[in-house]
Amino acid sequence: MKTKLTILAITTMAGMALAAPQTFNFKDPKGINNAGFKLDAPLESINGSASGVSGLVTFDPENPGATKGKIIVATASLIVPNPMQRQHMLSDKWLDATRYPEISFESKEFKNVQTAGETTTADVTGTFTLKGVSKELTVPVKMTYLKDKLGQRVPNQQGDLLVIRSNFTIKRSDFNIMPGQFEDKVSDTIELTLSIAGASAK
Amino acid sequence: MVLLVGAIAFWAAAGANRGWTKTRVPLKVPDPVTGLEGVQWQHKFVPGVDFLAAALLGAGLLAGVSFLVPTKSR
Repeated sequence: MKTKLTILAITTMAGMALAAPQTFNFKDPKGINNAGFKLDAPLESINGSASGVSGLVTFDPENPGATKGKIIVATASLIVPNPMQRQHMLSDKWLDATRYPEISFESKEFKNVQTAGETTTADVTGTFTLKGVSKELTVPVKMTYLKDKLGQRVPNQQGDLLVIRSNFTIKRSDFNIMPGQFEDKVSDTIELTLSIAGASAK
Repeated sequence: MVLLVGAIAFWAAAGANRGWTKTRVPLKVPDPVTGLEGVQWQHKFVPGVDFLAAALLGAGLLAGVSFLVPTKSR
């Protein structure tokens, strides 16, 4: 009887451990993670990306709606093709990268959660912080849980991957980035694209 | 004239970019495991319309200076 109880306890604990939320680290050793941005401008649209992505997300495959986390982008890692535009973009008049070195999104609540297979879509409400201004935003997010795929990406490591994709727009005027100025040259609306993968090693 | 023609030839040979001059170009890097597409920036000079404008201005200035310099009479 005692042996049976011990086996039951071990099995239950193992089950609990398997169902526990996992923490995914989004600092990508392969340098694939990126946040893209696009602004309309008269001569040509300004297309750039940032590679300095980091952050932690806690994800439970059994309960994706309980996902929580924060993704951070290093402001200085923002790149556009024209060097003068990049210099202006990072200057104190625009993003002020020295004073505000991070752009971040911290999730608070998941709504409209739908899971099909390994993919979950949801509307995520959270705090978006840019140039020191924090605003609550609701953005569409697609998460793909890739069980036991870490080893295929990073040799000699076992674990899971979580891929997050999101496209949304913000207004630079909402974040005190030259509000009401140069809108004929650089649009107020900024299109953002997040394509990132996080790893949870075992 | 040589400066202007040379600049136009260089601009055309570099892809006739009608946007701003670029010193970096994005290269898409696919990741087959995650299905994501990363972006790697490569250093490459791609002259744009501002490069042509600068060449035009330079050529105009040189032409103006050439009228001011007295020619040697034979």
